Amino acid sequence: MTDYSIKDKVTIVGIGETRYYKAGQAPVSEFQLALEAIQKAVADAGLRIEDVDGFASYSDDRNDPTRLAGALGIPQIQFSNMHWGGGGGGMAGAVGNAAAAIVAGYAKHVVAFRALAQGQFGRFGQGHAGARVRGAQAYTAPYGLMSPAQMFAMRTQRFMYEHNISQEALAGIALASYKHAQRNPRAIMYGRPLTREAYDNSRWIVEPFHLFDCCQENDGSAAVVLTTTERARDLPHKPVYLMAAAQGSGYRQWVTAHNDPDYATSNFKTLAPRLFGMAGITPQDVDVAQIYENFTGGVLMSIVEHGFCTADEAEAFCTRGNLEWPEGNLPINTSGGNLAEAYMHGLELVLEGVRQLRGDSTCQVKDARVCLVAAGPMVSPVSNLLLRN
Amino acid sequence: MSHGFDTMASYMPSGAPLPAPAPDGLDAAFWEGTRNHRLLVQRCKACGTFQFGPEWICHRCRSPQIGWHECSGRGKVYAFERVWHPVHSALRERVPYLIVLIELPDAGNVRMIGNLLGDPQQNVQIGDEVEVAWEDHEDVTLTQWRLVAGK
Ligand SMILES: [Zn+2]
Repeated sequence: MTDYSIKDKVTIVGIGETRYYKAGQAPVSEFQLALEAIQKAVADAGLRIEDVDGFASYSDDRNDPTRLAGALGIPQIQFSNMHWGGGGGGMAGAVGNAAAAIVAGYAKHVVAFRALAQGQFGRFGQGHAGARVRGAQAYTAPYGLMSPAQMFAMRTQRFMYEHNISQEALAGIALASYKHAQRNPRAIMYGRPLTREAYDNSRWIVEPFHLFDCCQENDGSAAVVLTTTERARDLPHKPVYLMAAAQGSGYRQWVTAHNDPDYATSNFKTLAPRLFGMAGITPQDVDVAQIYENFTGGVLMSIVEHGFCTADEAEAFCTRGNLEWPEGNLPINTSGGNLAEAYMHGLELVLEGVRQLRGDSTCQVKDARVCLVAAGPMVSPVSNLLLRN
Repeated sequence: MSHGFDTMASYMPSGAPLPAPAPDGLDAAFWEGTRNHRLLVQRCKACGTFQFGPEWICHRCRSPQIGWHECSGRGKVYAFERVWHPVHSALRERVPYLIVLIELPDAGNVRMIGNLLGDPQQNVQIGDEVEVAWEDHEDVTLTQWRLVAGK
């Protein structure tokens, strides 16, 4: 039987990132940030820039492969790919697409990257509605529903209602990210711990999201380099294998005016079984997870939909330090994640997954073998990865 | 509630975005309906499936024969959120406000976004019964919602 899976055929061999900045504070342009992260990732891989022959990104990244290749003097591009969807839904998808290209033989050393300079290009969390809105926006924006926080709070509110989940669960997720960031000098929130009192006293953005339930907005860039598992044997780092990758969406997700038949979902219900099926493992085999926090509510639903607990167990699962390194059963976002390390549209979570499996994390999970990376939650399409060492 | 001419001040201040029909005509009937205080959602003539927002074909049987069904205007709160942080310059003085997601049980439980009229700090529960209230602007009418008294 022909094996069409990418399982274990591709390895992440290099990671690189710029310094992370508060939104608008990067001293250089977005393109320069991308160049820096890519060069660092290639150097980390022990490769030459001339070896790079493909690029993959997501969220309509503005730094297109032609310009990158020209600036970097790359001899030839064999694969260039953009994953549809805004926000971070395509973060794992870009890595998965890079892997697919390598397995298909399109390219041999593919860079997946994201670069953001919001001072240069404007921020995500603002409403951009004009005086007149049409199409899908016409059913929401006139009622003051414009920002990502407002789109996702509604779903979260419904999920918490259906499963009798309180604010405790959201607080548990936020506190885990901030706790982990205190050990990570790269993190924007390094040296700025979050107490439960400060969480409770922080202003509401939109109920049920306090300020600390919402991701930051940041400037910076992150990149990873993928190649064949055979090629990776000659390279310096301990290999981090891509066990599985999935991307997509459930039935009629994000049809207009919040009419998704299954509404209160992170949109991982169809992906998670495919992901674990490709890897041939179960959620119990996962040692550490990096789960995209646009907002804590999406992490809550992602934990449930990846099978770590049932919805009715979710509040207990997300509280009492269960998501915190080193004592918790499922440490998540061990670099601080989008909430407290930096919002690189989640690509920093892939880098952290690689660090965990190399043994290099600042919140290193003992004997970590398998890491989940989940991208998007509550958007469409979403994507995810299982990494192992 | 196609009867009863129910005028009111707008929930959002002037300067907030207003809707306009899509250039491709897909939702012209919906906005023409609200203008006449009729709440219309699509219903497939072939299989009876309701859908909102509008689509060119039925998502269930793919028939292009889609009609418009007039709803009673009664609905239930499916989800809600109280907004405290304004992201649009026109709403800076308007917070907090209440956004509701209403499901329409007499139209296949399709949903619509609106505001819940009245005190933004009022107690709202998922499942609360509501009825539509028409908010007329110069050239377009919004669908707003109010709690049904004595539910
Ligand atoms: Zn039909």
